[in-house]
Amino acid sequence: MPTKVEKDSVSGRLTTGHEWDGLKELNTPLPKWWLYVFLACVVFAAGQMLLYPSVPFFTGYFPGLLGYSQRVEVDRAVQAVAQQRAETVNRIGALSFEQIRADPPLLNAALSIGRITFAENCQPCHGTEGTGRPGYPALGDDVWIWGGSLAAIQQTITHGVRSEDKDTRTSAMPAFGALGSLKPAEMEAVADYVQGLFGLPPGKNAAEGQKLFVDNCASCHGDKGQGNQELGGPPLASRVHLYGGDRAAILAQINQPKHGVMPAWNARLSAPIIKSLTLYVHSLGGGQ
Amino acid sequence: MSVHPPLDEIQPEHASLYAGRVRVYPKAVHGTMRRIKWAVLIVCLSVYYLLPWLRWSRGEDYPDQAVLLDIANRKFYFFWLELWPQDIYLLTGLLVMAAVGLFLVTSLAGRVWCGYTCPQTVWTDLFMLVERWLQGDRNERMKRDRGPMNFDKAWRKAATHAIWLGIAFWTGGAWIMYYADAPTVTAEFWTGRASMAVYGFTFLFTATTYLLAGWAREQVCTYMCPWPRFQSAMLDEQSFTTTYQAWRGEPRSRHIKREADAAAHGDCIDCGACVAACPTGIDIRDGVQLECINCGLCIDACNSIMDRIERPRGLIAWDTLARQTAKARGVHEKVRFLRARSVVYLVVLLMGLTAIGTALALRPIVEVAVLHDRAPLFVRLSDGRVRNGYTIKISNKTRRPAAFALTATGVPDAVLTAPDIDALAAGEMILSVPPDSTGAFRILLAAPPVGLHDGSKPVEFHLRDTGSGQQATRATVFLGPNQP
Repeated sequence: MPTKVEKDSVSGRLTTGHEWDGLKELNTPLPKWWLYVFLACVVFAAGQMLLYPSVPFFTGYFPGLLGYSQRVEVDRAVQAVAQQRAETVNRIGALSFEQIRADPPLLNAALSIGRITFAENCQPCHGTEGTGRPGYPALGDDVWIWGGSLAAIQQTITHGVRSEDKDTRTSAMPAFGALGSLKPAEMEAVADYVQGLFGLPPGKNAAEGQKLFVDNCASCHGDKGQGNQELGGPPLASRVHLYGGDRAAILAQINQPKHGVMPAWNARLSAPIIKSLTLYVHSLGGGQ
Repeated sequence: MSVHPPLDEIQPEHASLYAGRVRVYPKAVHGTMRRIKWAVLIVCLSVYYLLPWLRWSRGEDYPDQAVLLDIANRKFYFFWLELWPQDIYLLTGLLVMAAVGLFLVTSLAGRVWCGYTCPQTVWTDLFMLVERWLQGDRNERMKRDRGPMNFDKAWRKAATHAIWLGIAFWTGGAWIMYYADAPTVTAEFWTGRASMAVYGFTFLFTATTYLLAGWAREQVCTYMCPWPRFQSAMLDEQSFTTTYQAWRGEPRSRHIKREADAAAHGDCIDCGACVAACPTGIDIRDGVQLECINCGLCIDACNSIMDRIERPRGLIAWDTLARQTAKARGVHEKVRFLRARSVVYLVVLLMGLTAIGTALALRPIVEVAVLHDRAPLFVRLSDGRVRNGYTIKISNKTRRPAAFALTATGVPDAVLTAPDIDALAAGEMILSVPPDSTGAFRILLAAPPVGLHDGSKPVEFHLRDTGSGQQATRATVFLGPNQP
């Protein structure tokens, strides 16, 4: 590099001595303190490299003299949150439903825990936010097979329906057709009556069907098809049905009923979490 | 570039790519510009230091500080105004308008911001006052700095830095008072109960004030600040700037001026008073330049010399380049304030301020949002009706508890229900929101699924503030099974 510093005749200033294809560069000196700030940054960076994790090796890295680790920091932060959460969860466990609902911040926390727990555990069957699917009840409507009060919901979640828990809720509808207790014509007559309860036009043998219904079905489903939550008998005088609302679905259910299973969650979820889940399910719109 | 020694005096073999700092020793001046500068300094610093202590009654449970940026609670108080984070666009607008205002002022009067109101200028001026009080004026300071260290030099330097640090600390302390209740945070500060953020920011602003006003000074304007780099885009030949009237001053010479030989000698006697007074260490006679902050102290310095040699004042004056050129030709030219440039800035400024003012005046003090449930879209009920869920959020920015009567229209035979809220007569539901907070309510609307074309039907929620009678309507949809 040619370094012939000369004075520029136009500006009266010196050049840096650099020249590119005849173009010369005027010297506009940088303030020295600026250079010192840059050097100070270099020193700072060297210090940072020495104190904190910096140089990578093939099998690891230089951990720095302070032994700082972001993973440790994250673990600490996660633990702090977990501890804070544990306090909330303990309070939910210790207080009654009424007490929790009287404490809006705690209720909010319980509903958040419930929402997350629901998404992780219940959503595969009951759908997002309890939308429901054929065979899996919607949780936001006003139809409850086993009861929609907080206590009833808590009982159902804890022990399940037809689960392996010894306190499970259980009910079994006889297979009237398959066991031969109703003849095909009788089943048709019962369907004639029940489809009227469903909101469809009753069939021609509805009167005969009603007699058969009172004899065979009313003990669980109620004399007017209003259902019985004590026994888990679903209401039939309704527009909401677990296994479909048409005549074919009614006949299929009388002939060979389907029986859904819900696991008992007490083995997987702690009591305060089930309590939170109960409050959440109750809040979906159908709570009684 | 006169901050470093004139380059034409450096021999080529000594040329360096780095220039050492040349200390500037501004000489005290007296005059109109200096008085204006003191007045601006007193106003600016009084506002900065005292404003956090100004009380403003807002009633119980509310901070009584006139200006308070309560970051923790996300509320920003300015006298009678209370802003929430969603009003941040007003601040954005205000900052944009501040920039346009700066453009306007610059196009009219040059860098008056730099010379008079910039915090860097104001605090540097204050620090220089302390320096001059303890170490004397320009010549005394230069002499002492050149001399050996002795007791006199040592205590004067030490006292200067001690007072600087004191002012810097007060400055840093005043800063945090804008973010916390001033008396409380002051008491906490001195009893060691304040948060680390308070101590940290106090230290940070103490350090920056001390360094920038005590040590960096004109280096900030010349090398750090971006404003001098692009302010020339706002200037034209009609802008007022601090200028040396070369047509009158040149040829400069040290002769005593007499009318007889006025043609041979300009009015400038090359006394160097303007250079000595300059806080950035430049020579204004070199013309408009990047380092000049337009403080006008050279005007005062030159005027006092002109008075002494009995020549007219204004050899260095606030003037426009156009008028200078005209004067050189012996013509008087009018000042033109209305130019395309200044008019555009003014129009943009007025439009912007009007828009911000309107937005502020019409700012809703109650905000309502209605969100339809994402899942399930609707629920069938046992009696055949369909039910939709909505979340209604009401932000009550007033300082009284508010109650809103909620009704829904658009869906026949619709029934409003909500867990924990009793529906009143006539299908109205009362939603209560505590003062200064946001309430969220889950609302259920049930209706027979009739006339739902494509499974959807428009529905309107009406909220009436039972206190003020104000109405708000939000349109959304009622969903159900598709019924052609």
